[in-house]
Amino acid sequence: MSSTPAIRLTGLTKSFGAVTAVDQVNLDVAEGEFFSMLGPSGSGKTTVLRMIAGFEQPTSGTVELFGNDVTAAAPFDRDVNTVFQDYALFPHMTVLENVAYGLRVRGMNKADRTARATEALEMVRLAKYGDRKPTQLSGGQRQRVALARAIVVQPKVLLLDEPLGALDLKLREQMQVELKEIQRKLGITFIFVTHDQEEALTLSDRIAVFNDGGIVQLGTAEEVYRAPNSEFVANFVGTSNVFSAEQSAALFAGTSACSIRPEKIVLAPAGSTAAHDISIPGVVAETIFLGASTRVVVDLEGGKRVSALEPNDDEAGIAHTRGDSVVVGFNRSSLVTLH
Amino acid sequence: MRLTRTSRVLLVAATTLTLAFIYVPLLIVLLNSFSTSQSLSWPPPGFTLEWWGRAFASEGAMNAVGASITVALASTAIALVLGTALSFALNRFEFFGKSTVNLLVVLPIALPGIVTGIALNNAFRTMMGLQLGMLTLIVAHATFCVVTVFNNVIARLRRMGTSLEEASADLGAGLWTTFRLVTFPQIKSALFAGGLLAFALSFDEIIVTTFTAGSGVQTLPIFILDNMFRPNQAPIVAVIAVVMIVVSLVPIYFAQRLAGDDKR
Repeated sequence: MSSTPAIRLTGLTKSFGAVTAVDQVNLDVAEGEFFSMLGPSGSGKTTVLRMIAGFEQPTSGTVELFGNDVTAAAPFDRDVNTVFQDYALFPHMTVLENVAYGLRVRGMNKADRTARATEALEMVRLAKYGDRKPTQLSGGQRQRVALARAIVVQPKVLLLDEPLGALDLKLREQMQVELKEIQRKLGITFIFVTHDQEEALTLSDRIAVFNDGGIVQLGTAEEVYRAPNSEFVANFVGTSNVFSAEQSAALFAGTSACSIRPEKIVLAPAGSTAAHDISIPGVVAETIFLGASTRVVVDLEGGKRVSALEPNDDEAGIAHTRGDSVVVGFNRSSLVTLH
Repeated sequence: MRLTRTSRVLLVAATTLTLAFIYVPLLIVLLNSFSTSQSLSWPPPGFTLEWWGRAFASEGAMNAVGASITVALASTAIALVLGTALSFALNRFEFFGKSTVNLLVVLPIALPGIVTGIALNNAFRTMMGLQLGMLTLIVAHATFCVVTVFNNVIARLRRMGTSLEEASADLGAGLWTTFRLVTFPQIKSALFAGGLLAFALSFDEIIVTTFTAGSGVQTLPIFILDNMFRPNQAPIVAVIAVVMIVVSLVPIYFAQRLAGDDKR
């Protein structure tokens, strides 16, 4: 592998009038990486993507593709392609014409481009739909056409702007698997923008968590989940119980703000002996059945509310109900210090 | 909604009366064009095709048809180019005074024709020192024809958004290729609808025409006005009127159908 990153962003900043949408973003993405930019809407992740694609000009900073500065290059002069959130399929063209479009504007003859486009459609399992118009397809099918249209021109980097956002849950999960397979098969860099933390965790080699126009944490899915570095990341990626510095000092003599995942918390009947480093009595405020597990919300002594995730396997057998007195137990090593 | 029998009957009657009030006179014009009476007396004493033959043989009438079509085509052509350019400028770019420009572009269609007429007449003759004629007439018509094209195209551009063009650029197409393969096919029907309306507007315009055509050019409406009360000419005028009705109806019909198509 070359040491030149597929994408290098240096001091990338974008202002719209008085609003700074993206503020001093520095980022290297390696060749062949499945990289996610995760953040709430308005966090700047889509604007970063649009600057990589060339639809927006940065206010300052540079975009490099494989070592070449493309900051000022037009979208059609960049070796990146985009799968748009609304798919942006050309409504007056058939599916096949849509997919062949990038080859057509490159001057490829009709026979060749039809063959290549058909191949790409086969890859997304839509070869039979070439003659249809985009309006005759379902959302999931349109999504796959958009994907085929972008990969048929063999970009070095594929940008995906919330591509699964409009699909229902089942289809999303299926498309996630397909995306991952296609990425592995093609071996090209995917930059995936999403506000869905689960999607980012499932798909990505690495994740950049965005907030307020900047990257707040960068790491593998596991790092970001296991060791969130701030209250924002702890809450945004998965759910967390966050303790402020004062709360942690009062409840378990902690020294700084910290968080703990609900699945690390164990509930025991009131008065039972401590099996964990830390045991705090509390009262069950709510139980939410989730299928494989149950979320139990407990009000601790002193008013702090935490949530625990209990697996619903038959052996556990202890069902908690509202108003039960319990002991909340967890180990000090499960706590993640927040900065 | 359910209506009582009485209210239904009343509604049908009111609708019939209103439509009859509009369309019966048009029907009478049509009948008169076949009437044997030279003064259009009612009821027609008999029917003849003489006036249709005379109208098509009349040099004045045919010149008027030619002039009207020339003016309508030329002002529509100008409107298509300027209206499209304007709608792109106002939809795709931000600039100082944008909403003012938008208002100024649309205003000519709301301004009383007599005001536009006087103003343009004055501007052409005294300020620019131009002889009134075909050219001034075409320019004058273009001022309001632009509006119909502009309105149609900008509505389309607003709905279309920019993502299709971005997708095209993203896939490697330059600006011109994107316009040819993506943008133009998307706005084609809006251009056609706007162009047809522009043509129809220009074709029967009379007020602005009166002030900007000069004495050398006679369009159909002017021809009709001039000949309406001349003896022996009335049936010919009726023939021309029927021709005008048909020529105006066709574009309106197509424009409506296109507008309907777009809503799907």
